[in-house]
Parts: sequence; C-alpha cells; structure tokens
Amino acid sequence: MSTSQKIRVLLAKPGLDGHDRGVKVVARALRDAGMEVIYTGLHKSPEAIIEAALQEDVDVIGLSSLSGSHMALFTRIMELLAEKEMAEDTLVVAGGIIPDDDVPKLEKIGIKGIFGPGAETDTIANFIRANIKRTL
Amino acid sequence: MTTSPKRPNKDPNTETPPDRAEILQKRKNWEEEYEQLMKKKPERLSSFITTSSMPINRLYDPTDLPQDWSYLKDVGYPGEFPYTRGVQQTMYRGRLWTMRQFAGFGGAEETNQRFKFLLANGMTGLSVAFHLPTLYGRESTHPMSLGEVGKLGVAIDTLRDMEILFDGIPLDKVTTSMTINAPAAILLSMYIAVAEKQGVSPDQIGGTIQNDILKEYMAQKSYIFPPKSSMRLIVDTIKYCSKFVPRWNTISISGYHIREAGSTAAQELAFTLINGLEYVKWAVKSGMEIDEFAPRLSFFFNSHNDFFEEIAKFRAARRIWARWMRKFSPKNERSLWLRFHTQTAGCSLTAQQPYNNVVRTTVQSMAAVIGGTQSLHTNSLDEALALPSEDAVEIALRTQQIIAHESGLTNTIDPFAGSYFVESLTNLMEKEVEDYLQKVDQLGGVIPAIEKGFFQQEIANAAYQYQKEIEKNERTIVSVNDFTKDEDIKIPILQIGDEIAERQKKRLEQVKQERNTEKVTNALLKIQEAAKGNENLFPLILDAVKLYASIGEICDVLREVFGEWKGDLLF
Repeated sequence: MSTSQKIRVLLAKPGLDGHDRGVKVVARALRDAGMEVIYTGLHKSPEAIIEAALQEDVDVIGLSSLSGSHMALFTRIMELLAEKEMAEDTLVVAGGIIPDDDVPKLEKIGIKGIFGPGAETDTIANFIRANIKRTL
Repeated sequence: MTTSPKRPNKDPNTETPPDRAEILQKRKNWEEEYEQLMKKKPERLSSFITTSSMPINRLYDPTDLPQDWSYLKDVGYPGEFPYTRGVQQTMYRGRLWTMRQFAGFGGAEETNQRFKFLLANGMTGLSVAFHLPTLYGRESTHPMSLGEVGKLGVAIDTLRDMEILFDGIPLDKVTTSMTINAPAAILLSMYIAVAEKQGVSPDQIGGTIQNDILKEYMAQKSYIFPPKSSMRLIVDTIKYCSKFVPRWNTISISGYHIREAGSTAAQELAFTLINGLEYVKWAVKSGMEIDEFAPRLSFFFNSHNDFFEEIAKFRAARRIWARWMRKFSPKNERSLWLRFHTQTAGCSLTAQQPYNNVVRTTVQSMAAVIGGTQSLHTNSLDEALALPSEDAVEIALRTQQIIAHESGLTNTIDPFAGSYFVESLTNLMEKEVEDYLQKVDQLGGVIPAIEKGFFQQEIANAAYQYQKEIEKNERTIVSVNDFTKDEDIKIPILQIGDEIAERQKKRLEQVKQERNTEKVTNALLKIQEAAKGNENLFPLILDAVKLYASIGEICDVLREVFGEWKGDLLF
C-alpha cells in the first residue's frame, strides 16, 4: 500500500474505446487538485490495467468508457482486482457514458463513484478524497 | 450626334459615402459614449467570447475589415474563386444538401433495417458507423473485442456481413459514406464486392470513405499502423480508385473528431486543412497529377453552438483551400473546391434535460446550411446517453427537413456575405489557420508534429480550458451549470444485447468453414509480401476480401509488416 502523502490515481481506458477527451480533462484536474495521476493511455485490456495498478501502487483506479462496453469490461476488472486481493485497498470510480440502469449494477460489483457527462471535476476530486481507503 | 451630358459638378451638399477616416472617427465617438454608459450600467458579462473562447467585439463596422479587403478578391461569387460563398454556382436553389444520417449498431441485420427505415423517411444518402473491433481491424471474437461487439456501430467481420448490411439496397441508386480509417481499403473492397454481386460495376458506385488517418493520431484515435505505413495505404487507395472507382471520394478529411476531442473552431479548421495539404503532398510525391485526385477529396466538419463562428469557419475553409490548391496549378477547377459534410456537435449535447438537445442541433444545423454544407448529419437528442433510438433519429432527420423546406434559409446563397462581423470572423479564421501552418512547418511537418504530440496537446489544452470555464461559471450550459433541475428526465434508450456477439461469432465460424482456406491463405501471403515492397496493396486486399478473408486477418498480416502505433499519454 502506498505511503505517499499524495493520493495516487490510475486513470485507465479499457477496451477499444478511443474517446479520451474526458479522461484527459479529469487527469489534469486531479493533478491540479494535488493528486499523483498515472494515465494508461488507450486500448488497455483489463489484465494490463490491473497490472499497472499493482505496479504503480495506486489508491484509486478511474475507469473511462464511452463505447457501451463498460459492463463486460468493468466486471472483468473487478474480478481481477479481487483475485489480486487489491479490492480492499483500492477505490474504483468510473466515468463516461453509463446508462442509469447500469449504475446500480456497477455499484453492486464495487464501483463506488460513477460520473457521467456534465460532472464537475471538483466533485470527482472531492469524492475521491472522501472515499479513499487509507488515511493520509 | 448628341454629346453625352456632362457629369454634374460635385455638389458639396450632397451626401457622399463616408470614408474610412470618417467612420473611424464616428466609431471612436460611439465607443466613448458606450463606455460612459457602461459606468452607469455595466455590460452583462466581463467578456463576451465564442464557444472557442475567442473574444467578440460589441460591434463591427467596415473598419474591422483590412483596407486591402476586397469583395472580388476575398469573397467573390458562388462557383468562382476563392469560393468563399460556395463551390457550386446554384447552391441550394439548384439542389438541397444530402441528408445523411450516420447509423450503425448491432449486427448487419439491425443496421440494414435502420437504413431502410431512414430511406423510407426521406433520407437521401447512407452513412455507416462500424463497431470498434472493425475500426481497429479485429475480429469480433478477438479478446480485445470483449464487450464492444455491435455497441458503437455495426459489426462487420467479412464480406458476408457486408452482403447482409446492403441487402435490398441498390448500390447504383444510393451513395454511401463509411466512417472507416485505418482499414478503409478493406471496407471499400467489401463494398465494391457487394456491388459487383448486385451487378453494379465499380465505376457506377458513389460514396465516401473517411480514410483520414492523420486526425486519428490527433483526435479520434482509431489508428492501427504507424503514420508512414498508413499514408502509403491511403495513397494506394487514392491511386486505385482514381482509375477504377472514379465516383468515389477516397478521403474525407475530417475536423469533426478534432473538435469533439476538445479543440477550438480555428484549431479544427487549421488541423484539418493542414492534414488535407499533407495528403495532397503525398499524392503528388507518389507521381499523381493534382487533377487526378484533388477533385475527389472531400471534407468533414463539426458544427457547434456558436452560430457565427461556425458560419465563418465554413466560409474560411473554402477560401483557404482554394488559395492553397491554386499553388499546385490545377487545370480542373474542381481541384480547388472544398466540398464538405457536416455533423452537428455531439460533444455539445447534454445528458441533463435531453430534449433541449433538439434545439442545440437545430441551431448548429442552421449554421451548417448557411455555411454551405454539401451534406449533413443531425445528432439525435439521446446521444449523450446512448446510440440513437428510432424515434430520436426521426426528429433529427425532420429537423433538417424543416430547415430545408420551411425556414427560408435555402432561398438565397451565402446570406451573411458582407456582414462586417461575419467577414471579420472569416478573416480571423484564415489568419489563425495560416499561423498554425507556420507552427507545424517549424516542427518539421504534420507527422513529426504528431510524433511530438503537438496537436494532441493543443487539443487537450483547449478541452481543459472549456471545462474550467464551465466549472467557473464563465460559460453557461443550460441544464448543466444553470437552469438545472433536480429530477432526471428518463427517456427510452437503445440497448445492444450480448446476443449480437454470439451471433457474430457463429457467423464468422461458418464463413471460415465454407470458404477456400488455401486460397485465403495465399491471398493473405500476397498482401504481406506486397506490404514489404511498393506494390499497390488495394487490388490484393480486394482479392482477399472476395475470398471472405476477415478484416482481422488482413490487418494482422499488415500489422506484422508495418507494426502498430502506440498512442500518446499526454494530458
């Protein structure tokens, strides 16, 4: 677990979705809000994302998806997170185009903050500060 | 013979048109009075800016145009250089724009039905959206295709899917636009093959492939191969089509995605035209004459909320392109023409109070029409939430029809010409584009600038600034940071089930069983060998496609030779 004084966030783009405007805006806003931000870049498999989270020893994983593949990909990521015994220590949040009906399903598998179009970056930063799983 | 009457002596009492100095003096007085007034009653906002954060003056008059500005040199007549007012002489009085709604979801069957629905409702051209695995040259069964099959567009793996997609649609009667880039040659080959099966020869089909890889590295990010190999595929396609598929627009140089990724209007215009110039340079370098391909280049722009800014952008686009192309000394006038498709701005739509999106789309479409677009896609009200439902897409199409037939916008050509404001903005757009061209040249050209992340960083910066302006309430977005409502409005949205992936898997397996494996393997080997040299790849890809090689298989052999492009991590 990270001992850094700063919150460490991995922002990831799972699957083939190339919409990266939102994730880049959030990355910059969280960095401006004082967090350490690592961005995976595009086209990452669930396995590659979990591996990066482990290597980078992050407090938070932020998943961005605008292609409608979130249920399949986020579910796989959460399975891998549990397999690697990282679920206890890691806050997972998500953003993008997530239909309302899918929000409770994602919450049930452990994704706690889901931010759609129009969400303010301050709201996201505050949510992360309030919900990370270690005390700074 | 009578002598013509002498011109009367100039009467000092007759009002003569005020000269520039006089206007400047009057303007100065007016501005001073305005400032006085503001001391009592300040303006509503501390600054008035466009959607692209460009400051706008409180008033424009003739002195906002440079002294050497001239109607004939800078505006001219429709169908005449520099084409500021339009590329066709008759514009919409002759023929309306093509109403072309981008559609694609699920499997080929579902999209085929949507096409037929749209054609039955008065749509005049097809436009195909492919799902992500097709855009990235992967089979639907590839591990990276997990969850993506049929979601963002239609799933196409082999010619079999394409046959179903256009079943019952005569390809000599419609024109089709296909949003496909890295594997564009493959999808166009499939289209040619389907047409041939219908008895329609390649010289009879018409349409467009996007085939604009440069903006993929900058914005849309559906790249596969590194830039130079991609450019070679594009030039191969342009060369092949100029001979055998002469009515096909082999490239649609696109600013749409650059804008969606967060750029300003001027950046959208600049990066698109600079990319266009790059394709022209590559084609000329490959030995083609400018007139062999330039008339088939087409463009694709975004139309965002800021009405005047967008109109100025479209007008400037035509003028700049004509001026740039003239330097290549074409003999065919069409080589100077910038013809373009427009799509309203998806990124402007809000998930909150989604019905308001109809109004946004209307304003944006009006700008595109006044700007002289050749074809138009209007977004549906539900697109900040999902792919459009049939009801939503019908309203979007009706929006175009109302503008075309009820608004009066189509009665006269380029109605804002001569507006001091619009002409000033048009000039400003041109200047920004020229400045960016210089910057890119200083970076060594388009590909080196992509490799340095220049465009990507410019776009990310603009996107961040826009978001910050909203969050600081310097910019109002109705239903997002003002005029909000607590309860969410629920609208029905299109859901794509997992059965599509299952069906796609079965069909692909079946195709692979039925085809001649040996012939497919040979065709793929030929592509691979040719990729290592300089032979035109297009006819070899067409051969493989006709044997039902999958898009994934063809791209895989090319990946082995060309390698893959790893994107940027900039933010």
